[in-house]
Formats: sequence, structure tokens, C-alpha cells
Amino acid sequence: MFTTLAIAPFPVEADLGKWLAYGLYLIIGILFGTALEQAGFAYSPNLAAQFYLKDMRVLKVMFTAIITAMTLIFLSSGIGILDYSQLFVDPTYLWPGIVGGIIMGVGFAIGGFCPGTSATAAATGSIDGLFYLGGIFTGIFAFGETVDSFAEFWYGWSMGRFTIPEWLNLSTGATVVLVILVAFVFFWAAEWFEKKFGGVDPKTLPKARYIGAAAILGLGLVVMLIGQPGWEQKWDRISVEKSEVLANREVQIEPAELLELMNNNKIKLVMLDVRSESEYNLFHLAWARHVDPTAEAIDALVPELLDNPGKTAVVTMSNGEADATEAWKVLVAQGVPNVYILGDGLNGWLDVFAGSDIHPVTYPVADDQPRFVFATAIGSGYSASNPDPEEYELEYTPKVKLAKQAGPTAGGCG
Amino acid sequence: MTRPEKPWVNPYLGGVLLGLVLFAAFFVTGNGLGASGGFQRIWVWLEDFVASGHVDRTGYLAGYAGGNKNPLDLWIVPLLIGVPIGGFLSSWFSGRFKVRTGKGPNISVKTRWAFAFIGGTIMGFGARFARGCTSGQALSGGAVLSVGSWAFMFAMFAGGYAVAWFVRKLWA
Repeated sequence: MFTTLAIAPFPVEADLGKWLAYGLYLIIGILFGTALEQAGFAYSPNLAAQFYLKDMRVLKVMFTAIITAMTLIFLSSGIGILDYSQLFVDPTYLWPGIVGGIIMGVGFAIGGFCPGTSATAAATGSIDGLFYLGGIFTGIFAFGETVDSFAEFWYGWSMGRFTIPEWLNLSTGATVVLVILVAFVFFWAAEWFEKKFGGVDPKTLPKARYIGAAAILGLGLVVMLIGQPGWEQKWDRISVEKSEVLANREVQIEPAELLELMNNNKIKLVMLDVRSESEYNLFHLAWARHVDPTAEAIDALVPELLDNPGKTAVVTMSNGEADATEAWKVLVAQGVPNVYILGDGLNGWLDVFAGSDIHPVTYPVADDQPRFVFATAIGSGYSASNPDPEEYELEYTPKVKLAKQAGPTAGGCG
Repeated sequence: MTRPEKPWVNPYLGGVLLGLVLFAAFFVTGNGLGASGGFQRIWVWLEDFVASGHVDRTGYLAGYAGGNKNPLDLWIVPLLIGVPIGGFLSSWFSGRFKVRTGKGPNISVKTRWAFAFIGGTIMGFGARFARGCTSGQALSGGAVLSVGSWAFMFAMFAGGYAVAWFVRKLWA
């Protein structure tokens, strides 16, 4: 229900069925192997030459591939045909990644391949590729048998989905241009090394590479100029479909279902209380987080919420439903999965769970205003903040379905 | 086998080809490219055959194949199977399919095989340590601007350059 947005990427396994989707992945793999072979990556001396500065093929291919894909990804995202939030971004485990990278570099220089290239090479008749493959399985075996002994380090330094624009506090477009320029510096250095150590006359290199460089830099500048869509633009694209979801009350859960979620230890529950801070201080649900009821404050939570494990439900709540629904729109537009609204808000919750220490007001209240008075500001100290599920036997229409995500939670190199 | 052997494409052009494949993978599926994760799963699948109890008891391995989990049931496995198919077809049609051992001029074929195995072992260990290899971390994570992937990539080059001098006889 939530994954059938008409923009890329597509939930291929849900749309095509598993076997057709796996067929598609097989084709992607075939194209990948073809590109590696055409680029000369199936011949180990080509790869090892990188480390002796004679032939910088590895660096040129890799950085060209990265800036090509990066520019097209953010161009697609900028013009609204691709949702970046739904792409798998390798989570950052800083030091384990660096240590693993150094180890891999050593294996690369000694063995002359990396995993993907050795599989390609072996299929082109390369016997050293086959031996390398045997080594990879041995190394994987050794890692699997030992990792539990250094698990603390290996699971440490976890920074989740952490991207360069967030790190440098730059716009995505500016980061794209910056990365392209950094790649150009590497290419210039690579050609200088090739001239010095490999005896390559730069005049023999094709002039067309300047045209390619100009083209990609031009595209990068376009990406910077058009920017990336904010939640409003993303909402506009899905508003028709999602307004129907709201109107059908498909995502407004009953208090009893929220109580069930609060006591379900198989899922992670994130409760976002978007009332004013003073209302939150008077009374709130146990483990509910306060967020200012502004689109900016809610939008700022998106990177963190995209980082949650697959079995995470997010529930927004206000006194009634108006502010909670606005928060829901921001999160859904930004691609956060499994977001729900507490139906009839905390007023509805207290209709069911209010104890003798919380009293309903005797006058009519406006929409999304509190309908109860609280004796003291004890926050989540009320019994209604964390009702004992054993005490209530409530029927409800279950609405929470934890949609399996197409991309982000499926796990890249996993 | 009489197809004339064509040279490899210019590295920048090869990079554009690879970048287009990477972009297409992200665009259509939301996942990038990968290889070592597939090797990991094939390995655990084999290990589960001979030592199922051991796999279930080892936390890291159980994550892949504990109980009734099939470690091969993930997109990265068919993708990895496609890689050698693509490599074979590409080399065949470009006249580059050849049974040979790529090596430096001053070592024997057997020495090269031994070092290929040693290098592969180090690589396999490192790739799991880094949670991905050149494809899954450097290329895919690099293109979607993951900080960890970029740190990883520079670390990998640093590791390679750090030992290159010591193993120069292998390649020179």
C-alpha cells in the first residue's frame, strides 16, 4: 500500500514477484560483469598497476563511475523521478570500515583483484582469478568464525545513514559539484603519475575526455541549480493518493492498537508528540518524544527515522488529529515507512484511559485543543501515560502493517 | 576462438559504462551493486550443509542462516551470479577469453597462484570487516554519498599503497 509510489526506485519484488525480480538482478549482474570486463578489470596486472602509479586505470574507472552514477541519481531526484530517501545508503561504521578498507587494500595489492573483479576474471579464463576466489571464501570463513570475538569493535562507531551533505553541512547540489571537482583533481594527478612513472604521453590520450568532463560538470551544475525537492514538493506528488488514505482512515489507529504497540516488544515504536511543550509537560505517554509542531522540526527528524530498522512503527499524536496529520504528511512525503496517526489524538486516548486524576473539561473545545485538565505537570507519571494492558480488554480494527521496504532496509552488501 | 582480440575500452569510457549500470541498478531497485555479500551468503549456505548446528550457534552466521533461513534468498545472490556470466560473454565477444594467469613478468605461475590465494583470503576477511567490498561500499556507497563509504575507499587505497612497495616483485 505504501510502496506503490509511481516514482523510482520500484519495489521490484512486490511488483514483479520474487523470481522475476531475481531475474532482473541477474541481468544487472550480467551488465555489471560486462562493464568490469570491458574496462579491463578482469586482468590482474591492470589492477595491480594502480599501486605502482604506472597505469591509473582503477582510479579512473572507479571515480568516473561514481561521479556518473552520483550525478544521474541526484539529477533524477532533483527533477522528481527518483526518491533518494528510498535508496540504500551504506550505513557508516566509521572505524570498522576504515580498518576493513586497509585490510582489503593489502589483499588488493598482493592478490591483484577485488571480489567482483575476481569473479569476472575467473569467467574469462583467468586461473589466478580462480585461486583468488578460493582465497575469498577462506577469508570469509575466517571472518565468520572470529567476528563474535571482536563484535564490540565491529558493531561500534555506528553512525547510521550518514551522508556527505549532512557531514559538511552543504547542500546536496554543492556536494555533487564538489565531488566532481575532487574527481577531476584525482584524474589530473593520475595522468601526471602515468606520464612520470608509466611513460604515457598525455597527448596520446583522447581529447574526448575533456568533452566528457565538461558534460558531467555541466550536469552537476544543473543539479546544484535545481536543488533537491523538499517535503512540500514531494507531498504534492503523492497528495491525491495519500489524501484518500487519510480520508478512508487507513492510518488513524485506535488507542487500543497503540497500547498493543507500546507493549509489543517485537517492534520498535517511535511516538512523536507534536503538541506544545507545556502540554507535553503536563501529560504525555510513556516514551513519547516531544517535537515542536512545525514542519521544520518534524522534517529535521527524517534522517534519523529513515535509519530505523525495518520493524519500526512511527505514531504521531496531538490533542485531536490536525497537527498529528500535518506531521504525518511531512514524514510520509519524505519516505519514512510505517507512519501512523493516533486517531482522535490524546483526547481520544484519555476518553479510554483517563484515571481519577485527570478530568474532562465541561465546556466545548476547539479542534485539536486539550479536552482534559491535569492536576499537576507530572508528564508521564499518570497511570494513563502507560496503562496496564492486562486491565483492559478492548476490541479494535488493526491497521498497522509493517510494510517491507524496497530499498533502504533490504541491506546493500548484506 | 578466432575472434580478433579487441583492446579494453578507455578507462574513462569504462567508468561511464560502469556508472550507467550502477545508476540503473539504483534507479530500478533502490539497491546498488555488490559482490562480497553474495560470496558471504554462498559460503554460509555451504557451511549450513555440513555444520548446521554450528551456524545456528554462531551469532554472526545465524543472522544469515539460523533456523530455516535460506542465506541465498536475497537479491545480491542472483546479481553475483550474473557477474561471471557478463564477464564471460563480454570477453568472448571481444576476443579476450583466454585460459591464462595474469601476473608480473618475474614470478612463476605457481607463485602467482599462491599469492592470488593469499591476497584473496586477506580481501575476503577485509571485505566482511568493512561490510562490503569495492562494489558494495566504494562504488555504491560512494555514488549515494555515504560518509563511511568514502572513508572506506580512501582507507583501501591507503592499504594498497602501504604494501605495494613490499610486494613489488610480484608485479614488476
